[in-house]
Amino acid sequence: MKSTLVGAAAVAAILAFGLPPALAQQGVKIGFVSTFSGPQAAIGEDMRRSVDLAVEHLGGKMAGKPIQIVYEDDQFKPDVGKQKSEKLVQQDKVDFVSGYIWSNVLLASLKTVVDEGDTILIGANAGPSQIAGELCNKNFFSTSWQNDQTPMAMGEYLNTKGVKNLYLMGPNYAAGKDMLAGVKRTYKGKIEGEDYTKWPDQLDFSAELAKIAQVKPEGIFIFYPGAHGVQFLKQYVQAGLSKTIPLYQVFSIDAITLPQQGELALGTLGAQEWVNDLPNEQNKRYVADFKKKYGVYPSYYGAQSYDAIMLIASAVEALKGDVKDKAKVRAEIAKANFKSLRGGFKFNTNHFPIQNFYIQETVKDADGKMTVKTIATAVTDGKDPYYQKCAMK
Amino acid sequence: MDYLLIQVLNGVQLGLLMFLLAAGLTLTFGIMDLVNLAHGSLYMMGAYFAWTLIGWTDSFVLGTLLALPACFLLGVIVEVTVARRLYARDHLEQVLATFGLILFFNELVRAVWGPDGKSIAVPAFLNRTVNILPGVPYPAYRFALIAVGLVVAVVLAWLVARTRLGMLIRAGASNRRMIAALGVNIELLFSLVFGLGAVFAGLAGLMAAPIASVKIGMGDDILIVAFVIIVIGGIGSIKGAFVAAMVVGQIDIVGRAFLPDFLKTFMGAASASAAAPAISQVLIYLVMAAVLVWRPTGLFGQRS
Repeated sequence: MKSTLVGAAAVAAILAFGLPPALAQQGVKIGFVSTFSGPQAAIGEDMRRSVDLAVEHLGGKMAGKPIQIVYEDDQFKPDVGKQKSEKLVQQDKVDFVSGYIWSNVLLASLKTVVDEGDTILIGANAGPSQIAGELCNKNFFSTSWQNDQTPMAMGEYLNTKGVKNLYLMGPNYAAGKDMLAGVKRTYKGKIEGEDYTKWPDQLDFSAELAKIAQVKPEGIFIFYPGAHGVQFLKQYVQAGLSKTIPLYQVFSIDAITLPQQGELALGTLGAQEWVNDLPNEQNKRYVADFKKKYGVYPSYYGAQSYDAIMLIASAVEALKGDVKDKAKVRAEIAKANFKSLRGGFKFNTNHFPIQNFYIQETVKDADGKMTVKTIATAVTDGKDPYYQKCAMK
Repeated sequence: MDYLLIQVLNGVQLGLLMFLLAAGLTLTFGIMDLVNLAHGSLYMMGAYFAWTLIGWTDSFVLGTLLALPACFLLGVIVEVTVARRLYARDHLEQVLATFGLILFFNELVRAVWGPDGKSIAVPAFLNRTVNILPGVPYPAYRFALIAVGLVVAVVLAWLVARTRLGMLIRAGASNRRMIAALGVNIELLFSLVFGLGAVFAGLAGLMAAPIASVKIGMGDDILIVAFVIIVIGGIGSIKGAFVAAMVVGQIDIVGRAFLPDFLKTFMGAASASAAAPAISQVLIYLVMAAVLVWRPTGLFGQRS
């Protein structure tokens, strides 16, 4: 109660006196929405670390102006995410908004930022099909992918590997539906079954795993990000399925989950647009500095966030720090004139990247730490399947 | 057939976990006439206590055993400091106050254990599968959950049906004023029952922890289902809570395991796989509504 009162008093004071001019005008202000509490907080932390590292690599400035990042916690809830986005746009008056792990949080917050706030939003993870298609927006750009793409890459790989049938599992929300739709777009074998589980509260997959044991497919495809991936893998191993049915995954075994999954994950295959061993100079520097600073591997969540900050920096530098004219800023962002951790980077007409996807294997590095390494390129210069539905041409 | 058996076991395991949570809830609701929304917080605290104590003792069994008296103590403290003041008030005020407790506990956990979740590993001796029938493997930890749940259910049934404390509990559930008039130390009884409820909730929380994860607000979602269970079973009835928990456990599994295939028999595969999760999520509420139409006081309810 007390903190609410103090908060209310602070809000009242700001409304009455306005922000101090030094805070309101100077610098480039970026709002960053992610999950910083609860079991998925590890993802938000990885993104925050990468943003901080990007700011450090930029020397704390874009075009000579100090960078100010305002982090907001969406608490893994769409309604909270929307409120926080509104606060960033209306109250903090940020120049850019970025972040967003979850498709449902991004969908809830989109209009608030890009329409009502007329602010440029750089999505650093979530890529719901709607925003790539009919809801595409001049103010929205993505440094990640459209949800369907990563599983599409996995589907292609499974075709070449000759896996004849597959069982699909994912959570029942915007991204889960896109992911399973994605693998079905490219995978040519038989789908033996698919299950959508309640999101986010279902962490017990016993009924579904028993079903899979009964069906005996040649492979299981899953999408269970973060904490859910940890639980799924544990239960998959506990149920004894790891011995008989291989697991193919997207976003479920990564630098975030591996510390908890440990050796259970060894040898599993996944698809991703960025891997820590991609051979370009900026990526080598990012991964090395990240490991030096934080003692762990960065994940694609972090890499995409780092790219988002570098993308913003490229536009601000090109405009010599004058970001008042939104049309000019959009034009600069669309050029994607920055050094992405993925190597080359260009935007499609719907402002989603055109990019490669790789197959990665879970291995132990020289120090005995669990990580992933690239073993194949599944898709080259992939475009998402929705861009033709977007009104921007 | 094997598949059916495994799914039934999954339902039983889920049901027993729910029963542990619902047992304490139905006792406090039935005997003290207290709507305790913070029961889910006790579930959460059980898991956090266990996480800490397992860390200290370096033993899963010892840690969980020590967590139970800690839960009892916490339950008694909550009863004496907060719940006791609420018995005479109406339900709306109880809801408000116990909702406040939820916020308090969530913030307490955030301050003490931090905002990120914790995970409790399945102990090594249970981290394997057992064959319930030849060639039918089942995770040993889940099997242990069923065993512990059944033992607790039997102990609770004995406690309520065969002991003096149980007699007082049952008497309290049917007529609270009368047993007070008969000279029973009602304050002590209430503290004991509340503490007992906290132990069961905490036990459910710590047993669920290795399957799910230990996180802030982990009890809030499951509490709603626990309320559904005590409403179906009849408020104040342990037997009702047990039967209802078993029913809800099976319904949940049926919804997840069999409903999609069933729907596919008369609708398209795409619409079946879209409809099944939605239907299975509301199935227990449909059952609750049906039971209430048939028996407004629940299956074993005593009071109208």
